[in-house]
Amino acid sequence: MIIGLGHYLGVAAILFTLGIFGIFLNRRNVIVILMSIELMLLAVNINLVAFSSFNGDLAGQAFAMFILTVAAAEAAIGLAILVVYFRNRGSIAVEDVSMMKG
Amino acid sequence: MTVAALCFYLFATVAVVAGAMVVTARNPVHAVLFLILAFFNAAGLFVLLGAEFLAMALVVVYVGAVAVLFLFVVMMLDVNFQELRAGAARYLVVGGLVGAALLAELFVVVGGMTLGEGAVIGGALPTPPHEVVENTRALGQIMYTNYFILFQIAGLVLLVAMIGAIVLTLRSRPGVRKQTIADQLARTPDDAVEVVKVPLGGGAQ
Repeated sequence: MIIGLGHYLGVAAILFTLGIFGIFLNRRNVIVILMSIELMLLAVNINLVAFSSFNGDLAGQAFAMFILTVAAAEAAIGLAILVVYFRNRGSIAVEDVSMMKG
Repeated sequence: MTVAALCFYLFATVAVVAGAMVVTARNPVHAVLFLILAFFNAAGLFVLLGAEFLAMALVVVYVGAVAVLFLFVVMMLDVNFQELRAGAARYLVVGGLVGAALLAELFVVVGGMTLGEGAVIGGALPTPPHEVVENTRALGQIMYTNYFILFQIAGLVLLVAMIGAIVLTLRSRPGVRKQTIADQLARTPDDAVEVVKVPLGGGAQ
């Protein structure tokens, strides 16, 4: 049985959908939302690497590396904002974010 | 079924199950640990695809840095996670519907995908044969030439993220005694020492 491009794209599609589903399911918990975003970025990376491998074009792997960089930066900034928000509010419920202080 | 196909199904199944556990786990610490499992299996998929460098980078960056950062934040914040999960069942139906629709669309797209007219295998940056140039060297050869500017900008993004995270979380708390070198160096004998003339029999005031 030959594992083709479609198999990898299928795995990536399922992981991406799980990320979307996680955002809906954990609407109040920012930490799990951030983890769901990481899952979606991972799915995109799998897509890029699969196309790069099956098309014999290295550019896809270079793109995947830049996505890795941006995902790491996004996680760091997101968690920093989360820590500051928790320090000010004492909770991480997303609904309260729209409430202004002034 | 070959070993490679067996490995693919093993990695893919574990990655998908771990991804499902990430979004449904009750305890966020378990969710982070399942995220680590999903990343490890995605790294396995990358190895199967011949992208060894990216697989190792995934393990180092995600498992070594991002997931540990998540774990640290989950354990540091004193949040009642059970309370946050209340009412999650309300979103289960709509989330499931949106997810199912998206998955169906993605599978329609993937199933109907064909290479276009004039598409060339190994088009812009053809992968050199694995026996001649290994993956890490090949990736480095295009990262430092074709994508050099983007590579520098990626470094800049990481620098900005680092400075931003530090600026966001740094705070000066009142009541904490810290050594300020500048204040110590700015002291002069005039404001440190006072010479008083003591009268005979009176004592210093």
